Amino acid sequence: MLKAADLEAIRAIIARAKRWDLFFSLLGILSLMVGVLTFTVLFVDMAIQGVPRLSLDFFTSFPSRRAENAGILSAWVGTVLVMMVTALSAVPLGVAAGVYLEEYAPKNWMTDIIEINISNLAGIPSIVYGLLALGLFVYYFGFGQSILSAGLTLALLILPVIIVATREAIRAIPQSIHEGSYACGATTWQTVSDHILPYSSAGILTGVIIGMARAIGETAPIITIGALTFIAFLPTAPFAGDPPAGLFEWIFAPFTVMPIQMFNWTSRPEAAFTVNAAAAGFVLVFMTLAMNGLAIYVRYRLRKNIKW
Amino acid sequence: MTASASMPSDPLPLGSGISDRLSKKASRHIKERIIEALLFAAAAFSVFVTIAIVYVLVKESWVFFETVPLSDFLFDTQWTPLFDDAHYGIMVLLSGTLTSSGVALLVAIPLGTIIAIYLSEFAGFKVREIAKPFLELLGGVPTIVYGYFALTFLTPILQKIYPDLPGFNLLSAGLVMGIMIIPYVASLSEDAMRAVPMSLREGSYAMGATRLQTALWVVTPAATSGIASAYILGISRAVGETMILAVAAGMQPNLTFNPTEPGATITSYIVQVALGDLPHGSIGYQTIFAAGLTLLLMTLAFNLLGYWLRKRFREVY
Repeated sequence: MLKAADLEAIRAIIARAKRWDLFFSLLGILSLMVGVLTFTVLFVDMAIQGVPRLSLDFFTSFPSRRAENAGILSAWVGTVLVMMVTALSAVPLGVAAGVYLEEYAPKNWMTDIIEINISNLAGIPSIVYGLLALGLFVYYFGFGQSILSAGLTLALLILPVIIVATREAIRAIPQSIHEGSYACGATTWQTVSDHILPYSSAGILTGVIIGMARAIGETAPIITIGALTFIAFLPTAPFAGDPPAGLFEWIFAPFTVMPIQMFNWTSRPEAAFTVNAAAAGFVLVFMTLAMNGLAIYVRYRLRKNIKW
Repeated sequence: MTASASMPSDPLPLGSGISDRLSKKASRHIKERIIEALLFAAAAFSVFVTIAIVYVLVKESWVFFETVPLSDFLFDTQWTPLFDDAHYGIMVLLSGTLTSSGVALLVAIPLGTIIAIYLSEFAGFKVREIAKPFLELLGGVPTIVYGYFALTFLTPILQKIYPDLPGFNLLSAGLVMGIMIIPYVASLSEDAMRAVPMSLREGSYAMGATRLQTALWVVTPAATSGIASAYILGISRAVGETMILAVAAGMQPNLTFNPTEPGATITSYIVQVALGDLPHGSIGYQTIFAAGLTLLLMTLAFNLLGYWLRKRFREVY
């Protein structure tokens, strides 16, 4: 039989253990709150500073030496065009590489090298990609400090993201789908194009959106290739101007993008430009949040809808 | 009548039908091969990217090291490549990188680990479902925005606590960088902890251990390799981070390990040079490739360390 004193002692131990559990729970919530709070303060502070500055003029004006006249027209047009180049080059390449590694790759040293290499590429700092682009695209290929150079640089940067997302999406498809398709006499490519790609498309899309959201905010590699910070003109539209431009002349145009415009304004001492930086930053954060939110939504829908 | 044609006892139709099918198959085979080759090329492209990175950095650095001896690069205590009296001591930039990364990791590793343990072992399903996407959002904010936040919000607050703090300093940049890295550390560590089999936890609970005891003495040790690689990823993020430092830490080369001083890092130096108008092929132009090569070697070393840790401490169940 337990003595009353022992019982008391055991109860005390249990109570102490429970207190520690509670203490750690609170610590965990507190740590999470540090993140939540920082994000909220960052967002609200920027909104208070920047939102009053947002107007139609802000979106339709070029940067200017006078802060109150300055706008982000060349910056957002540049961002949209650079993102187009990035998406058009990174998505086909990344999805193809992901499909190869999941569906075709034999188990040999070559595949191992490719796999190790991709995870290594994901760990390389973005500014190093900028140096690669400076040496390769800007000077060796002679693309210059153009939209094309910037788009390709960001494409290399997000390639690992898209490859990994593609592979994960494909791996989520049960083996029985493959086997069913092969049993009907389909070739590997028929299996991939008729079954694997359609079923994994939502997962791939999530990865693509997350990659693009990352690319939109990347500043360092684009500064490194030498993007200008003060651009008061737009790239020529296809077939516009005199003599008429070609369909793709804009890809060689000088440009600026949203984060670089924001960096430029942040690094000026005048308070009026800081307000502009806040406004540009608000637009930028809003865009990345919207994209990330979309990705989370797509993934959530996917998890809910697909039951194998 | 027509039904009998499909009966198995019928002889196979001879003639053009079958050879048509066979030839079709051959073309199908060729098409498959071509597609496979194209897909392989896409996968192999990533290897060319790595080779290109190494080639470009080494090629330009080679020219740099022909004029600047390696010993000067490693042991000089000044970094003034753009002055008449040029010195190329990478130590100066490394000190900035290490100091700011140190501050960032002091924030990110404890908070990230606590969050990971909390989410994996304590939090309910609902909390986790909300917290994980939120952490992803936190990791998705553009770093230039964090830089703006460090410069215009955190530094003034810190200046109220330490009035001597200069407007540009490694401390506020490092702190914000730490917040930025939390999601990477937390989410990878949490994945590692969740991968620990349930039976280990059940065993621990059956012995009368509490949640906290189970988390600290059973789950965490079992997930060491994953947690270690999460830390390594955090370190290489910190070392490679650029814009926060370029905006908030001041870009003045300064051999110091004191976070309350301004300083330049390897990355912010590259940005500084790229913003100027250095002629292609000048020694100043080549310094950024030498700096980039140093950065690449550092991150490569961390990646290898992470790979080794994963192998060394992997627990197989």
